[in-house]
Amino acid sequence: MIELLPLFFVFAMGLALLIYVLLDGFDLGIGILLPFGNEREKDIMVASIGPFWDANETWIVLGVGVLLIAFPKAHGIVLTALYIPVTIMLFGLTLRGVAFDFRVKAGDDRRSLWNAAFCAGSLTASMAQGWMLGAYITGLQNTGTSLAFSSLIALTLPALYIMLGGAWLMIKTEDVLFDKAVRWCRRAWLPMGLALLLVSIATPLVSESIASRWFTMPSVIGLLPIPVSCAIAYFGIGWILQRPEILHAGYGWLVFVALVVICLMAAIGLAYSIYPDIIIGQMNLYEAAAATGSLVIIFWGVAITLPLIAAYSVFVYRVFGGKATELRYD
Amino acid sequence: MEFDPIVLARIQFAANISFHILFPAITIGLAWLLLFFRVRFTLTGDAAWEYAYQFWVKVFALTFALGVVSGITMSFQFGTNWPGFMERAGNIAGPLLGYEVLTAFFLEASFLGIMLFGKQRVSNRVHLIATSLVAVGTSLSAFWILALNSWMQTPAGFSIQNGEFYAESWAQIVFNPSFPYRLAHMMLASFLTSAFLVAGVSAWRVRRGVDGPATWKVLKTGVFVAAVLIPVQVLVGDLHGLNTLEHQPEKIAAMEGIWETEKGAPFTIIGIPNEEEKRTDFALQIPNAASLILTHRLDGEVEGLEAFEHHPPVAPVFWSFRIMLATGGLMLLVSWWGAWTFARGRSPSTALITALSIMTFSGWVATLAGWYVTEIGRQPWVVHGLLSTSQVAASHHSATLIGTLLGYIGLYVFLLYSYIHALRHLATKPAGSLALLPRRKVNTVEGVAT
Repeated sequence: MIELLPLFFVFAMGLALLIYVLLDGFDLGIGILLPFGNEREKDIMVASIGPFWDANETWIVLGVGVLLIAFPKAHGIVLTALYIPVTIMLFGLTLRGVAFDFRVKAGDDRRSLWNAAFCAGSLTASMAQGWMLGAYITGLQNTGTSLAFSSLIALTLPALYIMLGGAWLMIKTEDVLFDKAVRWCRRAWLPMGLALLLVSIATPLVSESIASRWFTMPSVIGLLPIPVSCAIAYFGIGWILQRPEILHAGYGWLVFVALVVICLMAAIGLAYSIYPDIIIGQMNLYEAAAATGSLVIIFWGVAITLPLIAAYSVFVYRVFGGKATELRYD
Repeated sequence: MEFDPIVLARIQFAANISFHILFPAITIGLAWLLLFFRVRFTLTGDAAWEYAYQFWVKVFALTFALGVVSGITMSFQFGTNWPGFMERAGNIAGPLLGYEVLTAFFLEASFLGIMLFGKQRVSNRVHLIATSLVAVGTSLSAFWILALNSWMQTPAGFSIQNGEFYAESWAQIVFNPSFPYRLAHMMLASFLTSAFLVAGVSAWRVRRGVDGPATWKVLKTGVFVAAVLIPVQVLVGDLHGLNTLEHQPEKIAAMEGIWETEKGAPFTIIGIPNEEEKRTDFALQIPNAASLILTHRLDGEVEGLEAFEHHPPVAPVFWSFRIMLATGGLMLLVSWWGAWTFARGRSPSTALITALSIMTFSGWVATLAGWYVTEIGRQPWVVHGLLSTSQVAASHHSATLIGTLLGYIGLYVFLLYSYIHALRHLATKPAGSLALLPRRKVNTVEGVAT
């Protein structure tokens, strides 16, 4: 059983990062969309994520934390290689995080400044995360192809976040803002598809072993559900976005669910491609793993606390369920 | 000009950690003060306590957000700036940091939402529970971080194989020799920082004439908490010093500016440490006092810096220690002055109100100075006596480090300015609790205004 620990932790890390992308993704997306709402809508948009964003952001700390705890050697290599995008992402997350409070507490004359910081921080953080994803998939190399690929993902990943943000607004808002959210999603639909396509094409191109893993019989057939369900969800979103009457009838949440399906499938596909490496072509997860004793002690921590965290997160989401009203921040 | 990347990495990390600690230093204590306000309201039904909560929870939310974002930066910088530390000591540091995320971060981040926005959506009892869980979360966070920091100062419960640390006893790792003292010292520091903050901001409102009944309740709470806890802090600080003397005597020698091992060592009140000549210039000293403080005997022997192959840079440790002591002394005087005034039921003099508002951020000064003593005092080691800082640094170009360092410093100066500006803005608005005053008084105020 002990030898399964690295596998358990790589799963925990992937899960934490997936949850991060889904949850903070909608926060960041709403941050990017903020300039497109009027003053009242801005307040509702912020209110729709106000009680959640802090806990949502904690998932990236857990993801990086598991990398650090369970795979300290990989942690050093990854964060050293991604030093600059990580720094830029941190600047963005910092501006975004403090803007929640400053925009209502620093005085009316500074509100527009902090609204701008909210958007700029969200956009910067999203793009830096896209860059990091691109660099990671191409094996953390500084080649021209890798840089070009990273910048393409940096430009397209925010579209996914905008979709998530728009979908969240369809769950949490009504009337004019709801209609705006639908329009925003329509515009982000194509760039998001491009980002997905790029990531899917790039991984097999980077490494032959990945290509052979995907494109040999019988694995092609076994893996078919991944691209197929992705495509159904993606085109399903495109279909429903053209039918506002269905969305208005209370089915806006379907967009969010479809996005969850896409992200989940993308994560499974990526995991299948990479395993057992933790840094593609450089280090596998068993080489990177920390001492068994340390993994055991943290295993119990994760096993006991993660269900608790899930339980009280659900509780908090239920407390703030329903359409967002303006929160009393000031 | 070429800069040493290790020095730059240290400056960058120090800038981050110094900026970060300002906010937990407030929220750890303030969370419990907020709980106190809520409990007082629940028990007495006096709406002034509810107004006190409503004002300070806003400050808490703002402070907490700054702590969160700078804390996330910290969690990444362990890897970006000190990859060697995680490679060698990751087996020990990892689980401690992991338990912080799992037991503290999620708890406080999740229930903060209910604490801030959930008053209308949950019962008073659930809201009280959420408030307590946030307070417990902030303190748990301090518990794990101080366990790791103390382990780096006084490592225990490990073995070393091929240059890597392996955990042997988690009880010994967490409850390492300096941990209880450091935890107590930091928790008290946080309570004092928040006590002076609430008293100082309230005093500022009084000076501006925008105070209400809640302002006075908070002002008195802050003053009494500070007055009671400062003597405890002096005692804990002394015990912490004795513990350091036992485990890191070279740090004590640097703090005291003692160059040669001597019996009946004097305490240097002020002076300029001269590391090249190995003496303290222009020293003003109290004979035998250092021996008395450290060994509790007038002629006790104190080891000097000469006795150690490695010792920290003397001047910054020496100065930080004196700044901490001086600030602590001022905090003692002002809080006792205030407690004496309020205990006799007198209304405070303008001088006292001015002194309290000047001292608003005194906790920050003392806390930072204290951390500089203990962290610079650990150098040149990252894990005391076992792993040196230069062994664990990343190999970034100095240009990269300078660029990001300037970015961080610019960002932090801007945020600190914005934070203090926002506090001022909040404190300048008329207190919400003015609504509790009898109608006549409000009319008079309006009468004056028109």
